[in-house]
Amino acid sequence: MISGASFFLSTFAGFLTCCLIQRFKLINPYILMVIMYVGINIILTASLNLINGYMGEFSVGHAGFMAVGAYVSSILTVRVFPVQHAQWFFPLALIAGGMGAGLVGMIVAIPSFKTRGDYLAIVTLAFNMIVKSAIENIDAVGGPRGFLGMSKLTTLPWIFVWTVLTLWIIRNFIYSNYGRGVLSIREDEVASELMGVHTRRVKVLTFVISSFFAGVAGGLFAHLLQFINPNSFNILKSTDILIMVYLGGIGSIVGSIIGATIFTVLLEILRPLEVWRMVIMPLVLVFLMLFRPKGIMGFRELRLFVPEQYRKAVARWRLKRKEYDAVS
Amino acid sequence: MPCLEVKNLTHYFGGLCAVSDFNLALETGELVGIIGPNGAGKTTVFNLITGIYRPTKGLIRFNGKNLTGLRPAAITARGIARTFQNIRLFNNLSVLDNVRIAHYAGMKYTPLEGIFQIGRFSDEEERISERSLELLERFNISELAETEARNLPYGMQRRLEIVRALATKPRLLLLDEPAAGMNPSEILKLIDFVRIIRKEFSLTIILIEHQMRLVMGVCERITVLDFGATIAEGTPEEIQNNPKVLEAYLGEEAAV
Repeated sequence: MISGASFFLSTFAGFLTCCLIQRFKLINPYILMVIMYVGINIILTASLNLINGYMGEFSVGHAGFMAVGAYVSSILTVRVFPVQHAQWFFPLALIAGGMGAGLVGMIVAIPSFKTRGDYLAIVTLAFNMIVKSAIENIDAVGGPRGFLGMSKLTTLPWIFVWTVLTLWIIRNFIYSNYGRGVLSIREDEVASELMGVHTRRVKVLTFVISSFFAGVAGGLFAHLLQFINPNSFNILKSTDILIMVYLGGIGSIVGSIIGATIFTVLLEILRPLEVWRMVIMPLVLVFLMLFRPKGIMGFRELRLFVPEQYRKAVARWRLKRKEYDAVS
Repeated sequence: MPCLEVKNLTHYFGGLCAVSDFNLALETGELVGIIGPNGAGKTTVFNLITGIYRPTKGLIRFNGKNLTGLRPAAITARGIARTFQNIRLFNNLSVLDNVRIAHYAGMKYTPLEGIFQIGRFSDEEERISERSLELLERFNISELAETEARNLPYGMQRRLEIVRALATKPRLLLLDEPAAGMNPSEILKLIDFVRIIRKEFSLTIILIEHQMRLVMGVCERITVLDFGATIAEGTPEEIQNNPKVLEAYLGEEAAV
């Protein structure tokens, strides 16, 4: 994103716009709902992209982490936090949901990254099923009937803030030392380890960050729908997130935005086709894989999403050299 | 005290003995070559020293400290770096990033500082970028810093791999067939290059090579492997006239 002041100003302007829209109901409620779904899906897509796109591993159970975040934050807002101040405790509930998901992510990641290769796909698939059946069998949270009683705390400004925050943090992470470690694992894990990258630690760290944001997205989702049940977080939901990642482009933040937007909006536009939309979406995916397997923006990034310090490192160094040469 | 001490190193892949009773003692500053026919176990020795494989038996000591059982990254941190027979650059990353990744362990900021771009983050990034660019400049690749590694010409990729290894600040450098696929004039350049980095970075070097011109040109001592066993050791002249070596390379008939 843009540097310092202008980034801050444009974010603030966007936030104000969101507040105005929410306050004065400037947009028809249905479209508002779709926009909020797009935001949640952007968070989910960008966070999964961290593992599947940037790190080159294959995780297929992202909805499981979403479920953890959704249930943790919902239980907190309904049963723990005082109801009359619910909106003030909402961000706390979301962060707690994210941390719950992150903790579970760590428990999944530590054993599964002890081995190399494709085991992660199997482990995450199993994890997704375990979470779903576990929730179905806990009567205290409604079991298969689901959990309700949340007030509609997710509003457009909140969606905006969390989406921007997620993208900003993921961008910063990718363009840091640890992010370079993540990329080098994708490129060549053995060489990466031999260059001194503590690959296992980097993998677990990446997995935790990714599941944290899946948990936050789950919390936002729960307080938008005001009802969650285990079936909202089954393998199909995980597949949807995978589709958004590979549609928009692996290893790209702008790709995550594009993928989540196209997928969500297209599903809504195709709603009149009823069952047929479930035929059209997979077909889109098949053609995409045939003609552009990296996705629309695969491995490409808008300048906007590359930190200035990173982008101009070489130019700055050349300038410094020139000045140095001129003096001596 | 020897810089690197390898004792009775033995490694089995299932029932196949890849390296048997390999011994090597290296004084600081030495340049030793390991030669041998294909499949003789040369690269396996490197993989054992750098921790990619755990030896079935044997001892590897570096500056008096035992290395066996350490993670590859931990061994790199102690000052051993290597290149690969088939170039293993981070192909889709820029030349600069390839070198910056080699500074991973030298970066002193926590993940949280990186995520929120606070604390030591900016200064450390700046320091590492500058250091990487200076290293690239030293070997005339700084012009290509922003090119993706896979787009470099072949010889340049070989050179970048060595530069990347140097960025981890090694005391001991392992070069695995650095001249593979090079023509005679490129090999002459490589010989100079190896001599220069050895002096400038005060390195101890082990070199695996097929190109006799290179081995005989730069190495002070040579160890010859065949089927995992050490069949000869000595100066280049001694090796050149050793009947066992000729036999391993050319077959029994020719040696007679």
